[in-house]
Amino acid sequence: MKEVFNLQDSNKDIILDLKNITKKYGDNTVIDNLNLYIRRNEFVTLLGPSGCGKTTTLNIIAGFEEPNNGDVIFEGKVINEVPPHKRQINTVFQRYALFTHMNVYENVAFGLRIKKIPEKEIREKVKAILKLVDLEGYEKRSTDSLSGGQQQRVAIARALVNEPKVLLLDEPLAALDLKLRKEMQLELKRIQQSLGITFVFVTHDQEEALTMSDTIVVMNKGRIQQIGTPEDIYNEPKNKFVARFIGESNIFDGIMHDDYRVSFEGREFQCVDKGFDKDEKVDVVIRPEDIKLEEYGKGMINGIVTSVIFKGVHYEIEVEANNKKWLIHNTKQVKIDEKIGMNIYPEDIHIMRKARDME
Amino acid sequence: MVGKWAKRIYLSLAYIFLYAPIVFLIIFSFNSGKSSASWQGFSLKWYVSLFDNQRILKALYYTVLVAVVSSLVSTILGTISAIGIDKMTGWKKKAVLNINYLPVLNPDIVTAISLMTLFIFFRLTFGFKTLIVAHVVFSTPYVIVSVLPKLKQMPDDLVKAAQDLGATPFYTLRKVILPQIAPGILAGFLISFTMSIDDFVISFFNTGSGVTNLSIEIYSMARRGVSPEINALSTLMFISIFILIFLANKKDLIKNERKRGKVDD
Amino acid sequence: MKKSKSIAQYPYIVWSIIFIVVPLFLILYFSFTNSGGAFTLENYEKLFQPNYMKVFYNSVKLAAISTVLCLILGYPIAYILSKLDPKYRTLLMLLLIVPMWMNFLLRTYAWMSIIGRNGIINTILKAIGLPTMNILYTDTAVVLGMIYNFLPFMVIPIYTVLIKIDQNVIKAAADLGANKFVIFRRIIFPLSIPGVMSGITMVFMPAVSTFVISKLLGGGQYMLIGNLIELQFTTVGDRYFGSAISILMMVIILISMAILSKYEDKDEKEGGGILW
Repeated sequence: MKEVFNLQDSNKDIILDLKNITKKYGDNTVIDNLNLYIRRNEFVTLLGPSGCGKTTTLNIIAGFEEPNNGDVIFEGKVINEVPPHKRQINTVFQRYALFTHMNVYENVAFGLRIKKIPEKEIREKVKAILKLVDLEGYEKRSTDSLSGGQQQRVAIARALVNEPKVLLLDEPLAALDLKLRKEMQLELKRIQQSLGITFVFVTHDQEEALTMSDTIVVMNKGRIQQIGTPEDIYNEPKNKFVARFIGESNIFDGIMHDDYRVSFEGREFQCVDKGFDKDEKVDVVIRPEDIKLEEYGKGMINGIVTSVIFKGVHYEIEVEANNKKWLIHNTKQVKIDEKIGMNIYPEDIHIMRKARDME
Repeated sequence: MVGKWAKRIYLSLAYIFLYAPIVFLIIFSFNSGKSSASWQGFSLKWYVSLFDNQRILKALYYTVLVAVVSSLVSTILGTISAIGIDKMTGWKKKAVLNINYLPVLNPDIVTAISLMTLFIFFRLTFGFKTLIVAHVVFSTPYVIVSVLPKLKQMPDDLVKAAQDLGATPFYTLRKVILPQIAPGILAGFLISFTMSIDDFVISFFNTGSGVTNLSIEIYSMARRGVSPEINALSTLMFISIFILIFLANKKDLIKNERKRGKVDD
Repeated sequence: MKKSKSIAQYPYIVWSIIFIVVPLFLILYFSFTNSGGAFTLENYEKLFQPNYMKVFYNSVKLAAISTVLCLILGYPIAYILSKLDPKYRTLLMLLLIVPMWMNFLLRTYAWMSIIGRNGIINTILKAIGLPTMNILYTDTAVVLGMIYNFLPFMVIPIYTVLIKIDQNVIKAAADLGANKFVIFRRIIFPLSIPGVMSGITMVFMPAVSTFVISKLLGGGQYMLIGNLIELQFTTVGDRYFGSAISILMMVIILISMAILSKYEDKDEKEGGGILW
């Protein structure tokens, strides 16, 4: 039975459907029975560590690799046999892959020329797309005279000018410096929304995924770990892997005694989860920014501050209690060796089933 | 360390040594006497009679013809092969590369007589065709060696990007791959051409039916007594080489100027 | 990920089998046969006779002498050039290469006129009143010819390696107290060894197998391996013996290359290094 992770919405909105995709290299299974559907105009991000299969998934969608098993269905039709140059999908590559022997205009016009579009129309389209990516007037420039950010935008323009139904982006911002990355993240989101194209974005940077996506698909070792909106993934991680990968967290072993009642770290807490077996062993996740600091003795858990690091937006504080280290983000400063108490509200305690296979 | 002047003198002596025979050839091309030992006055007669010497002109004709034809063939063969070899992996690739390198490593006399033996074995007549084949055999490895690194340097994603944008494999080859490796192809062609023009040993053993080249002509004359028309020919060749180098360098200089103008941003 | 358009490689595989592998196998085959067609070792036995062994010995001796002289004379040239201002050194490098574009036979022939009995050198010597020198048709002439033709092949690889030496390494050494002699002995020279090995290879191989230089400058009777082979395949018509000589020469070269390849840059065979 195919698991339905996604939210409501009707089936005719699905533009891309991956069914039972498996990909092996020799003995190594890179993608393990993947099922995923993507809706029109969605900004979907495939998120995961290196080797999780996200880039391979992208390659299979684009047609650069063939799955050993399974179907790639585009707009209702199986396109496994369709070669990449015939698919209405375009890709933005991680290292841009600009044609260095052509200038900006020729690069962007490449796909249009193949479609034998009249020159006049090409000129207009190129001009419009360059304006969209903020590179107006750059037509005659050679690729090696451009900065990294500009090359990136040419790569995006070159793909978008062909008006693809789906745009695949393979870690396109990986080579940019931090400030430029953040700018481009907003740019890409803006472009996606204004053009109404489906974006499938691949990254290993969870912050990037949280910023840009409508839907995040968290992957590890060729399997989907969780699909959801950024808020869902962040607030309700389904398992330890997702909890560890997204944001920072404190994870403890716990026991669910009853609905809304869990105990960990030596005491019982009230929580908002239910539906577990009596006394089931679970993973408990608490985000660092959800822990409230109190006077020593007045907290549910009490301990000693062992590390304080200033991070600009907040202090990253480590507290040791009962031989466990707790990570806390707080805007108020504390001192090392200070005795401190910690409080947690029920809605900030997230319960996850223990994973059967560990990462 | 060693004095500046000592260095300069040493270097000058080295260059004098290298250029001495050439200068000698040029000077004696203007000698009115036939001897290459004593100067008998200035004359241009050898340049004039050069253009009447049928043997030399025929040799020149064949030399250039063979060089052009064999370089074109080896450039095309070498480029296609390099593209194919680049996609190979494992022991097969190593084997092909090592075999490819054999004509480069082997002394030319071994390559020459092995080819000659092959042609005899298959009872082929020696002539223009065998000569061309022989030249292609020894030139193609150099083309492959020129083109392969350019293929390696080409970013992997470039071909994917072209296909992604709708290009068929053939279109990709024409519009993306070939322009990217063009400098390698050109270098390969030039090396083939140069080696072919200058070749003696391989041509000597693999030609016949009156097909000859300059090197073979000079060889047969060198033992009998070389006519100063050869000196005149060498002078002309030398001047053309100089002009070619000058033009090539000028083109490079212009290209560099244009590049410098672009890097602003 | 490269999707194999694997048709491109086949023409060359076929071509190289026919025109590179098969010819060499024919030579190998003939070296073990005689005119009767029977398998025999008589060609190789003939090789080990003293007069033929002497030819091999001479070839290796002269090639070795020329190689060593090229190294001694050529290393300083490469070194001096590498230290020059980039503007000048490219130009001078080019000037070094230009003579190589002149026809190889012409240049060798020119030496005949210079060092011959009635050649320029002797003409000048006679004019000054000094005794004439009998250089042509001797070992000296052949070595001279080899050095002349192959010197640039020694200079270029050494030069190429020298200019690639990171200047920061030299600065670091100086910073640590080394003077110019020490820097050369312990840093520059060791780093240049791959180039030296390259140069030795590119000189020794053609030198040991030449036949033009020995024929023109050594005279009709002069015998090096190359001349011997040529003789067998042309005048004498004994391709069986000729093949055996060729095989033996290839073995000599393969052994030399195996020894020298320990120092070579691994990239070069795949087509890196030299050109780009």
